[in-house]
Amino acid sequence: MQVAITVNGVLHERDVDPRTLLVHFLREELDLTGTKIGCDTSQCGACTVHLDGKVLKSCTLLAVQADGAEITTIEGLAENGQHHPMQTAFWENHGLQCGYCTPGMIMASAAFVRDNPGASEGEIRHYLEGNICRCTGYHNIVKAVKQVADAAAGS
Amino acid sequence: MWPNKFDYARAGSVDEALSLISEDGKYLAGGHSLLPVMKLRLDAPGQLVDIGRIPELQGISANGGLTIGAGTTHDAIATSADVQAMCAALASACGQVGDQGVRNFGTLGGNIAHADPASDPPTVLVACGATVNIRGADGSRSVAAQDFFVDLFETALEDGELITSVSLPNCSDCQCAYVKFPHPASRYAIVGVAVCLKMDGGTCAQADVAVGGATVKAVKCAGAEAALAGTTVDEAAVNAAAEAVKADIADWLAGDIAYPESYRQQMAGVYLKRAIAAAQG
Repeated sequence: MQVAITVNGVLHERDVDPRTLLVHFLREELDLTGTKIGCDTSQCGACTVHLDGKVLKSCTLLAVQADGAEITTIEGLAENGQHHPMQTAFWENHGLQCGYCTPGMIMASAAFVRDNPGASEGEIRHYLEGNICRCTGYHNIVKAVKQVADAAAGS
Repeated sequence: MWPNKFDYARAGSVDEALSLISEDGKYLAGGHSLLPVMKLRLDAPGQLVDIGRIPELQGISANGGLTIGAGTTHDAIATSADVQAMCAALASACGQVGDQGVRNFGTLGGNIAHADPASDPPTVLVACGATVNIRGADGSRSVAAQDFFVDLFETALEDGELITSVSLPNCSDCQCAYVKFPHPASRYAIVGVAVCLKMDGGTCAQADVAVGGATVKAVKCAGAEAALAGTTVDEAAVNAAAEAVKADIADWLAGDIAYPESYRQQMAGVYLKRAIAAAQG
């Protein structure tokens, strides 16, 4: 089936098997391997991307369902060669251990702070229930998200 | 994991969806219940009819009561001012489904068609007297939520039928709440209790209670309701209801090695008390 999906601002037209999941489309058709596959059952959040600005677990949507949509992946978060503030905050706070969950964490957190500037630590921890860090490195992840949330509230 | 191979068709209207569906076909809305089921090979439909873009399945209208299009997402329901005002328990339950990513795409219609016993919205729909509106090749019909959920992952839907919307009475004058004991890992309900108390002065004119999670389906609890109705919902009445609810769900109990049936049955009483306290705010 023919699909036209805009990913990180670039329109991609492809003929896909209907059972192709969006995460496979991104990783295997477009070679955008920043988006990870973790649990593959919509629990861990490693595959988190944005669809029309909304947080989505891309292992739980068919590419054909995303036909016509705009997707943003971790590769598309930086603008004009500048890291997104959430990427910078993860870097500065070392919000990672092995790094596997990091793209999903950053995508989920970027959308959360966009919609909830000034979020409290409790709200951040609750929101991140859909993203699992198997290194259990949550402390610095939350610290990074809080830094951006505080800055967003102040601006 | 890839799902099985299937034929895919996208419907632009309910009429078109009903004409497209084949004998081994399933409707695909948000896909947040169906696709995991297919990836785990618990089901392998030969055809998916995508109903995710049908305008008439979208949206919430408040006109005396609530009518929620089957394709409305959990997030849209949880954040709707109309739902918060007219059925606060449903807004709360939909806000507790999965996580934000799931709530952004999972739909109410898909959720109830899937009929997972540990899911949150069905318990509220049964307690609050919701009606499920269905279209099929032979026309339309409406089924009370408590009759819609038949057994474990089993509903009153016939082959080829499509849920179009869910209707709810206006609960803005009721004290209603949904409280759950979430599984520590999955956050699915080990026990979920919904209560809706219609108070007349200080007396409870009508009580509606449903339990999910502990049971194979959302169960309406007549014994607990009788224990509350006509009382001032004082401590004695609440204790009697918490005892009665255990008998109400006795025939429908579900359990596993970590949370066996007997434990969930006990916890249903505890969580009924908490739900009543939350409803009384």
